[in-house]
Amino acid sequence: MTKRTIIPFGPQHPVLPEPIHLDLVLEDELVVEAIPSIGFIHRGLEKLVEKKDFIDFVYVAERICGICSFIHGLTYCMAVEEIMKIRVPERADYLRTVWSELSRMHSHLLWMGLMADAFGFESLFMHTWRMREKILDIIENTTGGRVIFASAKVGGVRRDIDNAALKSISKSLESYEKELKEITDVFIKDSSVQHRLAGVGVLKKEQVYELGAVGPTLRASGWPIDTRKLGYAAYKNIDFEPIIETSGDSYARCVVRIKELFQSVDIIRQLAAKIPDGPIEVKITGNPDGEFFARTEQPRGEVIYYAKANGTRFLQRLRVRTPTFANIPSLVKMLPGSSLADVPVLVLTIDPCISCAER
Amino acid sequence: MAKTILKSLFKKPATVKYPFGQKVLSEFARGSIYIDISKCIFCGVCQKKCPTGAITVAREEKTWNIARLKCITCGYCVDVCPKKCLRMSNLYTEPMLTKHEDLYKNA
Repeated sequence: MTKRTIIPFGPQHPVLPEPIHLDLVLEDELVVEAIPSIGFIHRGLEKLVEKKDFIDFVYVAERICGICSFIHGLTYCMAVEEIMKIRVPERADYLRTVWSELSRMHSHLLWMGLMADAFGFESLFMHTWRMREKILDIIENTTGGRVIFASAKVGGVRRDIDNAALKSISKSLESYEKELKEITDVFIKDSSVQHRLAGVGVLKKEQVYELGAVGPTLRASGWPIDTRKLGYAAYKNIDFEPIIETSGDSYARCVVRIKELFQSVDIIRQLAAKIPDGPIEVKITGNPDGEFFARTEQPRGEVIYYAKANGTRFLQRLRVRTPTFANIPSLVKMLPGSSLADVPVLVLTIDPCISCAER
Repeated sequence: MAKTILKSLFKKPATVKYPFGQKVLSEFARGSIYIDISKCIFCGVCQKKCPTGAITVAREEKTWNIARLKCITCGYCVDVCPKKCLRMSNLYTEPMLTKHEDLYKNA
């Protein structure tokens, strides 16, 4: 038996801006075991719900994650609205969906850039982020913020996008799609990229289900599970199918995300064509009383909000199960057998958002 | 890839060459909070609603304080202000050397 070494990976590591710590047990260059530990940036946001008014808490919920901020706010609002039996106006539902998809696009582009950086393709990283900037500009023009939208509110949305602006966004995304394809083709076709990703960190179909993975990690192993198919917000009126790949390796996870980018463009196009006129919010009276589980699809996978209210201004309990938390078991399973040099790439393939996972 | 490389060789940089050029901010950009202090009635609703507690209002002294470093520019105070004297500007707060609060006084 070769000698075993333990290499600490993180919490500060050049490839990961976020603090996750892994103890990698190595035999020569091969990982035989990975022991994760998180808890470096716990902020206690769930406890804060007892001190913040349920309407004001949207702003806190949005700040759980710096990337998928809008969907966090949206899910919180959905949970409270369901408890209070509020029906959101249809236009608000459509706007929420538009912003969800924009948020998915900018998150996936961010991930692709980080991924290119992780396997050492610097110029591809720059180009991906150049493309991401255009999405951020659209977001800034419609909500005022670049990553924190502050647009969801209990009972609707805070801002409107007029129909002409929405049409021009969907039109500008058409030429954007062509430009984007040049970049994504590099990810899909380039041999050096394939060399780093294909066959690395394979998760089998049954295995990934048992591990409870969510989002692109799950879909890359062949499960057509997408929470958007539940039909929350305006997704019930949109025609789309979950994107799946079957090989279950890092390359498949990359391809799923790339295809989802184009799917998002398509969804925004459909939304811009179908959006009805009308009010964007309803007035809220009274306090919530009851409990509800809200589920939505984030760029990283399914997020679950459990809210429990007791008829006062303050919720009694809020629990958030973020997608990264659900994906960590798959990460731990995929590391053994890979070489040390592949570890950063593998950690990135689940699209980790540790500050989300710890809240 | 070759197409992208060729294009990148001949076109202008994608970034803004600060300080020679500046990014044109969207008029909706949430930069910082501005107050028209002469209209303010010091009701304190903004202080009560601020998610981070960045605003302090003193009714007797007729002062309105904001800790710019605490402010998350969510714009909730602008929404709730009954006199509409608060406004969101698209200019970001300038860097500061000390952790001071901005004080506005109605003389």
